[in-house]
Amino acid sequence: MSEIQQTTRDVNPDILLVETPFQRFMADFLEDRVAVVSLGVLIGIIFIALFAPLISPMDPYDLAKVTILNGKLPPGSQSMDGVTYWLGTDGAGRGLLSSIFYGLRISLGVGVASAVVALCIGASIGLVAAYYGGRTDTIIMRIVDIQLSFPAILVALVLLAVLGKGIDKIIIALVIVQWAYYARTVRASALVERNKEYVEAATCLALGDRRILFRHLLPNCMPPLIVVGTVQTAHAISLEATLSFLGVGLPITEPSLGLLIANGFEYMLSEKYWISFFPGVALLITIVSINLVGDQLRDILNPRLQK
Amino acid sequence: MLEIKDISKRFVKRLDVAAKIANRLGASAKEEVVHAVDGVSIAINKGEVVGLVGESGCGKSTLGRMVAGILEPTSGEIHYKGNAVAAKTGKDAAEAALQIQMIFQDPFASLNPRMRVEDIIGEAPVLHGIVAASEKVSYVEQVMLRVGLDPEYRRRYPHQFSGGQRQRIGIARALAVKPDFLVCDEAIAALDVSIQAQVINLFMDLRRDLDLTYLFISHDLSVVEHISDRVVIMYLGRIVEVSPTDELFEKTNHPYTTALLNEVPRVEMRGLDYQPISGEIPSPLDPPTGCHFHPRCLHAMDRCAAERPELREISPGRLAACHLNDDK
Repeated sequence: MSEIQQTTRDVNPDILLVETPFQRFMADFLEDRVAVVSLGVLIGIIFIALFAPLISPMDPYDLAKVTILNGKLPPGSQSMDGVTYWLGTDGAGRGLLSSIFYGLRISLGVGVASAVVALCIGASIGLVAAYYGGRTDTIIMRIVDIQLSFPAILVALVLLAVLGKGIDKIIIALVIVQWAYYARTVRASALVERNKEYVEAATCLALGDRRILFRHLLPNCMPPLIVVGTVQTAHAISLEATLSFLGVGLPITEPSLGLLIANGFEYMLSEKYWISFFPGVALLITIVSINLVGDQLRDILNPRLQK
Repeated sequence: MLEIKDISKRFVKRLDVAAKIANRLGASAKEEVVHAVDGVSIAINKGEVVGLVGESGCGKSTLGRMVAGILEPTSGEIHYKGNAVAAKTGKDAAEAALQIQMIFQDPFASLNPRMRVEDIIGEAPVLHGIVAASEKVSYVEQVMLRVGLDPEYRRRYPHQFSGGQRQRIGIARALAVKPDFLVCDEAIAALDVSIQAQVINLFMDLRRDLDLTYLFISHDLSVVEHISDRVVIMYLGRIVEVSPTDELFEKTNHPYTTALLNEVPRVEMRGLDYQPISGEIPSPLDPPTGCHFHPRCLHAMDRCAAERPELREISPGRLAACHLNDDK
């Protein structure tokens, strides 16, 4: 028993006082005001996207309520039946505020879904490449190199031309474009982790490859993955907007922000700026806030940047 | 109990496509081969503590990792309790692998930082059916007590422990799968001297209580002298001398061993000028011909550069690989 008491004593008391890793993480995150504001904005946007049908002034896709007579009203004007359109209406008479709320829903949904799927696929492939090494690694990483050497937008355009329109199809296209980033990120950190002794210990304990990969290696490769995941979500949203703007992304029945911008584009030169402008602002705010949150995450999670 | 037969490990850096093309065009790029371990044979008896000593880069860690089943030998065989380890498959192989466990040098890198102590220690025994999942907690507590850790700490993460405690967690992790054989790879080199003594004592207690056999890898002769029954000295991937510990420290045979022993600081040698072994350890990419030690050896003869000395018995229980022994 005396031995136990002895080891009890040599615990560093400072370590015991410090909060859990998560609390420390939050304290670090809250240090930067810009990041806190962006996080707030982002949470607001996510809230809007989730509850769009409940908080929108109108359902822009309910044909019974939309009338062409209200078309192209400037921001702040009232319609004949007494409804105020704070951001104006588009050519078909849909309130832009409501359209943007519904558009955010689709844009964010597509962005997050494709980022999550691409992360799962890319991370698994990257882990396998790093863990097995040799020829497996070479083949996988050459495919990644080839993939990354093409501009994402070009690959996505070609894929969508083949696949056709639809939410599922654009998610597939975005996943195919983006998995390689995750694969490369995970491989880089897994190569470092793989040579650490705890992985050798796991081998020695005959834990099995799949358990070592996903229970031991993957959790230790998470920090850079989270950062890349955030940035790539923003990237996926803007890519989807671009594709929808070009008319190959989503069908007109599922209008994302990109499609809203495209719809208003023809009115740009006839001084009806708001039809394109406000969806554009919404897209901008979304992407910038995600990127700022991502930047702060990178600063916290990258030990080299820590003071 | 453990028999290593003529085992070798070569690390080959293969030519890439660019080098292959350059070779076609007349360049002479060659594959780089490191003989980390070159034809080593040892037998270790049950209950024995064998110290494996050598300078860094001599292949002692590679040998230990092959014994522990982490690296596969390029050639040669490891027999454990009479059976070839490599010949087993599936469940047998996993069971055999558990019998030999390893304690690592770096107590910070050897524990998964994202796992709680109870999972680090309890994961393998539950997975391999040594204890039921429902008994994991009590089993982990029992193992923690065994290595001198307070079981109350089982919900903590590795970063909340000191170096010595982390090393105890590493030992507990190995003991949890009920091994008979421990490979300790510089297991105390990263610890403070005061903690080193505690951990060595723990190793010795465990040996007595659990009837363990050790391969104790170290560059520190004074530690090896303290705990081992036999000492194996390696130089550049080969064994140069094997001897019972007390005989070795009484009288060395191989000139390399002599030089190594002279470097151990001792109280009675206070004020003495140390004579370091002259020259650098040669690159294992391009080891010297014949006896690997001859460029640094005080007694080198022409024959040493030409012919590799065999490891031969020089007296009962003592082996050495040196041409000087042939004259006697």
